[in-house]
Amino acid sequence: MSTNELNLPDFNIPSELDGKVAITTLDRVYNFGRRSSIWPMMFGLACCAIEMIAAQAARYDMARFGMEVMRPSPRQSDVMIVAGTVTKKMVPAIVRLYNQMPEPKYVVAMGACASGGGPFKEGYNVVAGIDKFLPVDVYVPGCPPTPQALVAGMIKLQEKIDKQSISKVRWYQKGGDSVEVAVPFLGPDLIDPRRIPEIKAKAAELATPSAQNAPEK
Amino acid sequence: MESTHKSNMATPVLTETIDLAAKFPGRVTPDARPGYSGWMVAKEALVEVSTAIRDELGYDLLSNVTGVDYPEQSKLEVVYHVYKTTGGPALTFKTQTERVDPAEVPSLVSVWPGAELQEREAWDMFGIKFTGHPDLRRILMWEGFEGFPMRKDYKEPFHEEDNKPLKSRWPEGKHSYAEARNPYGDNIMFKPGFDPEKWTPTDPEEALYAALKKYKTEEKDGIKTDHIIVNMGPQHPSTHGVFRAVVVLDGETIVSLKPVMGYLHRNHEKIGERNTFLQNVPYTDRLDYFNSMYNAWPYALAVEKLMGLKVPERAEYIRVIMGELSRIQNHLILFGMLWNDLGAYFTPALYAFEERELILDIYEAVAGSRMMCNYQRFGGVVRDIDEANMKKIKDLVFERLPRKIEEFDRLLSENEIFVARMKGIGYLSPEDAVAYSVTGPTLRAAGIPYDIRRADPYGIYDRFEFDIPVRHNSDLLDRYLVRVDEIRQCLRILQQAVKQIPEGPFLAGKPQYQVRVPAGEVYGRVEAPKGELGFYVISTGKGNPYRYHIRTPSFINITSVEKMCVGTKIADFVTILGMVDIVLGELDR
Amino acid sequence: MYGQGLIKGLSVTFSRFFESYTEDIRWLFKRYSKVEFHSSKDTRGTFTIQYPEERLIIPEEFRYVPFLVYDEGENGEKNIRCTSCGICAKACPPQCIWIVRTSDPVTGRPLPQPAEFYIDADICMNCGFCAEYCPFDAIKMDHDFEIASYTRNLLNKERLMKPASYYAGIRPKNNAREEAARAEKAAAKAAKP
Repeated sequence: MSTNELNLPDFNIPSELDGKVAITTLDRVYNFGRRSSIWPMMFGLACCAIEMIAAQAARYDMARFGMEVMRPSPRQSDVMIVAGTVTKKMVPAIVRLYNQMPEPKYVVAMGACASGGGPFKEGYNVVAGIDKFLPVDVYVPGCPPTPQALVAGMIKLQEKIDKQSISKVRWYQKGGDSVEVAVPFLGPDLIDPRRIPEIKAKAAELATPSAQNAPEK
Repeated sequence: MESTHKSNMATPVLTETIDLAAKFPGRVTPDARPGYSGWMVAKEALVEVSTAIRDELGYDLLSNVTGVDYPEQSKLEVVYHVYKTTGGPALTFKTQTERVDPAEVPSLVSVWPGAELQEREAWDMFGIKFTGHPDLRRILMWEGFEGFPMRKDYKEPFHEEDNKPLKSRWPEGKHSYAEARNPYGDNIMFKPGFDPEKWTPTDPEEALYAALKKYKTEEKDGIKTDHIIVNMGPQHPSTHGVFRAVVVLDGETIVSLKPVMGYLHRNHEKIGERNTFLQNVPYTDRLDYFNSMYNAWPYALAVEKLMGLKVPERAEYIRVIMGELSRIQNHLILFGMLWNDLGAYFTPALYAFEERELILDIYEAVAGSRMMCNYQRFGGVVRDIDEANMKKIKDLVFERLPRKIEEFDRLLSENEIFVARMKGIGYLSPEDAVAYSVTGPTLRAAGIPYDIRRADPYGIYDRFEFDIPVRHNSDLLDRYLVRVDEIRQCLRILQQAVKQIPEGPFLAGKPQYQVRVPAGEVYGRVEAPKGELGFYVISTGKGNPYRYHIRTPSFINITSVEKMCVGTKIADFVTILGMVDIVLGELDR
Repeated sequence: MYGQGLIKGLSVTFSRFFESYTEDIRWLFKRYSKVEFHSSKDTRGTFTIQYPEERLIIPEEFRYVPFLVYDEGENGEKNIRCTSCGICAKACPPQCIWIVRTSDPVTGRPLPQPAEFYIDADICMNCGFCAEYCPFDAIKMDHDFEIASYTRNLLNKERLMKPASYYAGIRPKNNAREEAARAEKAAAKAAKP
């Protein structure tokens, strides 16, 4: 194994010890371990999922980054690649899957749809970006991103992990060790439980006569 | 392959004129609106007339059912396209009902069981109530959703204007997010005065479970047994996307099964009716995202028919070449994924992806994108295949692919485990296959040589020499073998096409982004790799289609899954579903 | 014999397994590009492209998010080709292009230049219609796919602008053809009295 990835850049290691000794910090060792074994969840929504599979297949082979083990179960995965259009009907399931993932967990929004609604944003059954519900770490634009673009996005995620510090990350802080997102539910339309008071106030405001008489928009 | 029975079905010479109006005086009238064709059936006589159409006239395959909304006339219309499995053009008939709630039309499930899901879709999207339908629930949206989205007066939360191009983009196109225009700041919409705290949740699943066969405790061989319900999906690695099936099991045997879909319902049709005609082309790529080269073809056919465009020779050949390459990679992926489902994790899939990558390289070089090709235009294709790419295609078609297909055949076809898992599983009788509107390889594996390339030729398929592979056992193994044979036939077509392709223009007329499409209705269909793919388009002469409906093979083939699965083991369900070859972009649209 | 099919199938996997080693040995002393070989009909053995160290050959027609072309003036000024005619905004299927036209501060008449130009990359479907129908060769599809970021991607005019030399670099054939067409047009215009 090359020690280059572990070494701190500021220290010069004598040439006779090169490859045998690394001078580093705990953060760097910790992050090196984590970034080199990110297991994505086997979870595809739409077109982008096919490119995600292609990225896992022989030609692009994400296994080279330690990302080969696609886990169908959220309990065993580290990163959720949201690959495809998020619909209102599907988003409760996605949020539940996210809640079931153990910390540390990451979300990659793959493609235009997952990032911000994409070409289907105007549709009545489409959620305009998964970041409305989940904290997204990396956005990969493209429709669909080519497998190489996805790999580039995953490298970006590795860079992000590299910058995290063991003393500051949220899953080692006091309190709950995991971020639970309130699961939205399907009423007359999609309802986000976090926004219930807001929705109620707005609907009441729209019901007042002045709002009804007002010209639209 | 000694058991193959190839059928060289001749192109049928038709047009016997059928006068339904004379047959059913007073109840059937010709559809006289300009640009329209077919017959208008009084809704009271619908079942009677359609039974006669099926039994007396021989139109046994119900291809397409869809609603159309005419708010000006205060009418809702249901359009039916039926075909003969022996070939020939469509018989179109329609029925109208008042645009009131509930708008009722008799269900045709008793005549063509294949209407089941399509009628549910029409109910979901238009609010047309099909009386006599065994299980009329919402299908793409959830139970409890407010409104019927495909009606013309339904405005979605991010609705800006009825037609594209939107005026807010230019010349004063100050950027703003659609969220900012919506009172709720998101893609949601509620009735004024709606109170989420007082709203009593209705269980959207209740009707679904009610539709399943009731489970009960019973005594069997002195042991008390219970049926159990298993939900497969929407997040399940073997449902090929966000498809969900609810299965009632007795032990491991499937007693009842209901497909649940809509988890990838991206509102293609609603967006398509706002788009201009050309803007729909890249959207079609996202239907069956494995075969974007094939998807736009029926749409282009339909619009070209309305416009009266003649496609240049070279473009016709290019379409065939690209389409057949697409069919090959589709079937290869199917084999690879099928093995994943059967437990041979990833090796065949990786082999399949290798060939697919090489085909996608050609797409990328010619069309610009690996998957979303956006290659078809009205009257041709966007770009010519240049010398270098033609050479690549020739290399694949003459050298690599024939070799690799045989390698695949060696790898899979005789494997005993594979054969044991496939033989005799998922039987669907030929009569049922037709009744359930199944098309594509599944129908041909049931012994019915129905391939639109021969039955109702489009493009230049009538010029090539090729066979329609047919098998007769109608089990999974035959469906697999039909596809293997089909790849061989694809290669035959491709080899002829790359030899014959002439020089010349590849696009009729000048490229233009706003096309004039005369008023009228049209149904264009092709034999896509997964089955019959059809586009029903109504134009009113404006820049946007008035109605834009997609008849997708995945969606309609899934109707027969319950029939195939009941009585088999739960583990076989995965294989059966894999062999129906669904793709969610197309299933849910 | 039972098991024959299995053995037959396994012989395929075995030969491919074996091939991956023989190919590696064959490549030991060869210099020319492995990527090219693995994109050809003869590819065998290990199919993997070692991205990011190796890259696939990007074909000229490849399209990713659009960009705006500007010509470099003599003093380094950026002459944007776009005249804000709005055809791309009209042709765009998901309507992800926003253009504000410049108007003359004195007369208020529109000037052939965009004041603001936005492309929402989170809506863009990379279809290429804008580039296809642009009459001024001003908007083109990019080859740069490594644009993953930690935030959403709303591209404004500054981020969209790239020099004509860049365009000529990624699409030499298209550029040559367009240059020729423009030169012809200019010549025809000059020939007219």
